[in-house]
Amino acid sequence: MIRNDVAITPELVKEHGLKPDEYERFVTLIGREPTITELGIVSAMWNEHCSYKSSRIHLRGLPTKAPWVIQGPGENAGVIDIGDGLACIFKMESHNHPSFIEPYQGAATGVGGILRDVFTMGARPIAALNFLRFGEPDHPKTPHLVSGVVAGIGGYGNSFGVPTVGGSVGFDKRYNGNILVNAMAVGLARTDEIWYAKATGVGNPIVYLGSKTGRDGIHGATMASAEFDDASEEKRPTVQVGDPFAEKLLLEACLELMKSGAVIAIQDMGAAGLTSSAVEMGAKGNLGIELDLDKVPCREEGMTAYEMMLSESQERMLMVLKPGMEQEAEAIFHKWGLDFAVIGKTTDTLRFVIKHQGEVKADLPIKELGDEAPLYDRPWVESPRQPVIAPDSVKAPMSEAEALLKLVGSPDQCSKRWVWEQYDHLILGNTVQTPGGDAAIVRVEDGPKGLALTTDVTPRYCEADPFEGGKQAVAEAWRNITAVGGLPLAITDNLNFASPERPESMGQFVGCLRGIGEACKALDFPVVSGNVSLYNETNGQGILPTPAIGGVGLLDDVTVNASLAFRREGEAIILIGATAGWLGQSIYLRDVCGREEGAPPPVDLAQEKRNGDFVRQLIRSGQAKTVHDVSDGGIALALAEMAMAGGVGAEITAFPEGLPLHAFLFGEDQARYLIAVDEDVAADILYEAGAIGLPAVTLGLTGGDALILPGQQAISVKQLKAAHEAWLPNYMTGKS
Amino acid sequence: MKSAVIVFPGSNREGDVLRALNSAGSDVQKVWHAETELPQGTDLVVLPGGFSYGDYLRCGAIAGRATVMDAVRTHAARGGLVLGICNGFQILCESGLLPGILMRNANLKFICHRQFLRVERNDTAFTRAYAKGQAIDVCVAHGEGNYTADEETLKRLEGEGLVAFRYADAQGHVTQDANRNGSMNSIAGIYSTKLNVLGMMPHPENLIEDLVGGTDGRGLFESLVSSFPRAA
Repeated sequence: MIRNDVAITPELVKEHGLKPDEYERFVTLIGREPTITELGIVSAMWNEHCSYKSSRIHLRGLPTKAPWVIQGPGENAGVIDIGDGLACIFKMESHNHPSFIEPYQGAATGVGGILRDVFTMGARPIAALNFLRFGEPDHPKTPHLVSGVVAGIGGYGNSFGVPTVGGSVGFDKRYNGNILVNAMAVGLARTDEIWYAKATGVGNPIVYLGSKTGRDGIHGATMASAEFDDASEEKRPTVQVGDPFAEKLLLEACLELMKSGAVIAIQDMGAAGLTSSAVEMGAKGNLGIELDLDKVPCREEGMTAYEMMLSESQERMLMVLKPGMEQEAEAIFHKWGLDFAVIGKTTDTLRFVIKHQGEVKADLPIKELGDEAPLYDRPWVESPRQPVIAPDSVKAPMSEAEALLKLVGSPDQCSKRWVWEQYDHLILGNTVQTPGGDAAIVRVEDGPKGLALTTDVTPRYCEADPFEGGKQAVAEAWRNITAVGGLPLAITDNLNFASPERPESMGQFVGCLRGIGEACKALDFPVVSGNVSLYNETNGQGILPTPAIGGVGLLDDVTVNASLAFRREGEAIILIGATAGWLGQSIYLRDVCGREEGAPPPVDLAQEKRNGDFVRQLIRSGQAKTVHDVSDGGIALALAEMAMAGGVGAEITAFPEGLPLHAFLFGEDQARYLIAVDEDVAADILYEAGAIGLPAVTLGLTGGDALILPGQQAISVKQLKAAHEAWLPNYMTGKS
Repeated sequence: MKSAVIVFPGSNREGDVLRALNSAGSDVQKVWHAETELPQGTDLVVLPGGFSYGDYLRCGAIAGRATVMDAVRTHAARGGLVLGICNGFQILCESGLLPGILMRNANLKFICHRQFLRVERNDTAFTRAYAKGQAIDVCVAHGEGNYTADEETLKRLEGEGLVAFRYADAQGHVTQDANRNGSMNSIAGIYSTKLNVLGMMPHPENLIEDLVGGTDGRGLFESLVSSFPRAA
C-alpha cells in the first residue's frame, strides 16, 4: 500500500492548476487519493502545455502527410526526407512566459530546449531561427525585454555553435504584458539513423544523462499553462537557467553514443522534466517504467521525489539502453564530463512506479497519464467579419515618398541588424543567405543541396480574419522559400493564442487552424511538428492571435538561388501577380494613416501556387537572380528593400490607371513577387506569363542611386538606408 | 603539411577551420584536449574558435591550462607554427604564448558581422599569399574581442612589427568606425616575437568560398600550406 503523508486539499489541487473535475477524473482513474508526488506528476502531464487538452481536437484537422514526410507531429521534432539519404529534422517551440519574467534565461533555455528536441532524434543542428514579438516601443518594459531576449538567444546559440540564420521581430501593444519568444531549430541526420522516444524490451536499463537535477523550473509547464497577472514577477524562481556549454557536450556525447549502437530510445527532459520524458518513453512502447530516484544525480541536497519529478533543470536526457552496453555508454559520457546514471528499468506492468529512499512515492497507470488526459471541445465564436476597405476611400495624408521614408524607418519595418548581429549567423561556414532576406539559405554539408528557412505570420491579419490570416501565414512562408529558389517541403507551427477559456480567443484559434490546414493542403506543405501556447494574456488582455509558421524548403543546387538585392543598373523590374490595391489591415493604413481596420487581403491559394511555381522556375532556370516577395508595405517597401540591399536605385514609371497611387504602391495584395532581370529576358518572361494567364507587368528599370516612384521626389538609397538602419540602435540606446 | 586542430570541450569552429585547411591541401587531425602529445610530424597547431569550458571563467583561461597546452608550448618553443582564432587567440593570451588580453567588446555585446582587415605584413608563414596593406574581407563573431595590453607591450608589438592585422574599412584605412570592438590600436591579430605564433579574433576560415560570402580568408591557409614543401 502506498503511503500518503500529505493530505490533498482542494487548495492544493488548485495550486497545481487542476480543475476540480480534472482532479476527480484522476482519483477515479487510480481508485484512491493520490500522493503529493502523484499529484505533481498528473499536474505536469495534464496541463495545457503537455496535454494539448484544448487544442487536440482541432489539431487533428491539419495535413501532416506527404511522400517526403518521415515523421509527423508527436515526436520530439518533425522529420522530412531531403534525398541523398539525408533527413531534415526541425521544430519550433515557444518560451513566452519564462522570457517575460526573466528575458535572458527564458530565451536562452527556449533555444536550448528546441536544440535538444532536434538532436535527441540524432540530428546535428545546422541552423536556428526565431520569431519574436514585443510590446509597443513606448512601453517601459520593452527595451529591457528586447535587450534580454536577444542576448539570451545569442548567448545560448553562439556558445552551442549553431548559426542563427533568420527570424522575425515585431512590436505591438497587444504584447505589452506577454511577449512571444518562439525558437526554431533545424538539424540533419541520415535517414537510417533517426532516434525515437519509443522504449522497447522489458528489463532494459533507463539511463539519466547530462546535467544534474536541481530545484529550478519546478512547475514551469504549469506556469506556461496559466494566464499572467500583476504578481507574475513572483514566478521568477520557476524559470530555468541555461548552460549552453553543458548542452554542447550533451550533443557531442549523445551523437557519439548513438553511433555506438547502445541506444534503444531517447527522450530529452524538457517541459515537466523527468515525469514527461519517462512517461512518454514507456507509454509509446507499451511498457511500464520503474525509477529509483536515489540514483538521480542531484545538484542540491535533500531533494524530495516531488521536486525531482517536476524539476525542469536543463540539459538532461533520458535513454533506454541495450542491456550490457552500460559501461561503453558511461565511458563516452565521462569523456565529455557529463553525469551518467542508471536510474531505473522498463517493466511489463504498464505502471509508472517511483521509488525514493526505500518507499514507493508514486504508482500510476502509465498509458492513462497521457491517453486519459482531459480533452476539451471548448466553446468558441467566430470572429466578427471586418468590412472590405475600398482603395478609393483611403486618403493619402502625405506624399508616397514621405510615406515610404516613414515606413522604412518604423519599428516593424526597420532593419533588425542590431538584433541579428548579436547572433553568430556565420559559424559552420554554410550560410549562403544571411539574415535580412526573404528566407535564409544554408548549404547541406558540402552541397550541392541547400535548405531555405523562414519564420512568418501576420498577426493583425489573423485577428481581423483568423481563417484568411492562417492561410496567409502559411502562404507567406511558402512564398519566402520560393523567393530564394527553394521548393517548400514542410512546416512547423507555433500556435500562440490567448486563453482557450474565452470563446472569442478559442474562435481565433479554430479559425487560424482551419486557414493553416487549407493552405497546407493547397500548397503541399504539411505540418510535421509544432507547439501550442495558450493563455498568452495578462489581466484579461489577450495577445494578437499569432500562429507562427516555420517553413523549410529545398534547393537541389544551392548555388542556383535568388536574393532580394538589385544587382546592377538597367534591369527590368517585373511585378508578378495581380494588384487590386488592398489597403485593409495594411502597414500603410496602420502606420501612415493611423487606422487599424478592415478585412485583411484574401489569399487565393491557386494563384499563390501558380505564381510561386512560375517564379521558382525562373530562378531555377537561371533567368532570375533578383527576387523579392511583396508583403508588409506592398510594392513600395519591397522596392526600397531591394534597392537598399544592392545599393542600386530604380525608377518606377508604370502604374495602373484608376487606382490611387498609394493603394498601388502600398497595398498588400497576396501572391506577388518583384523580380529584376536583363531587359532582353524580360520580354520572354512577360510572354511566358501571358501564355498561362499570369499577371506580370514591367514597372520600371533599376539604376542610379535613388528610388524614384511615379511623380515623386527621388529618395536616395543612402537616405533610405540611413532611416532603415537608424531606428533600432537609436531606440535601444534611448535616442528615439 | 600536417595540421593538428585542438578540440576543447566547448570548441565549436573546429569543423570550419578543418574544412579550410583541407581545402588548402593540408592533412588535418583533430586532437583532444586531454592528450599529452601532438601527432608525430605536426607542422601547424590550430586552436579553433568556440567557447572552451563555456568561457565561464575568463575566456580561454581554463583551456590555456589544459594538458595539451604543454605540448603546444613545446611545439611553439621549437619554432613550430601555432594559429589561434577567436577563442584560440584568447587561449594563446591566457597560456602565455602571446601578450595582452581580450576584454569585453566596447558595446558589451556579442557581434557577428563581415569585417575588413588590413594585412600589416606579408613576410610571415601566415600571410605570404596577401599583399602588404591589402584589405581582406572576413568576419568576426565574438563577445570578447577587445584587444588590450599595457603601454609597454603595445609599444613593443608596434616597434617590432608584431601586429598582424588591424580592423579597417574596405579601402584598408584603419578607422575608428571599423574598430567596433574597441581594440587598442585597432589590433585584430598579433604575432609572437619569432612570428611563428599568430592569434587573431576574426575568422578567415568562414570566408573560403564565393558561395558563402567570399574567398579572402583562403590566403591565410594557402600561405601556411605553401610554407611547407609538399610531401612526395
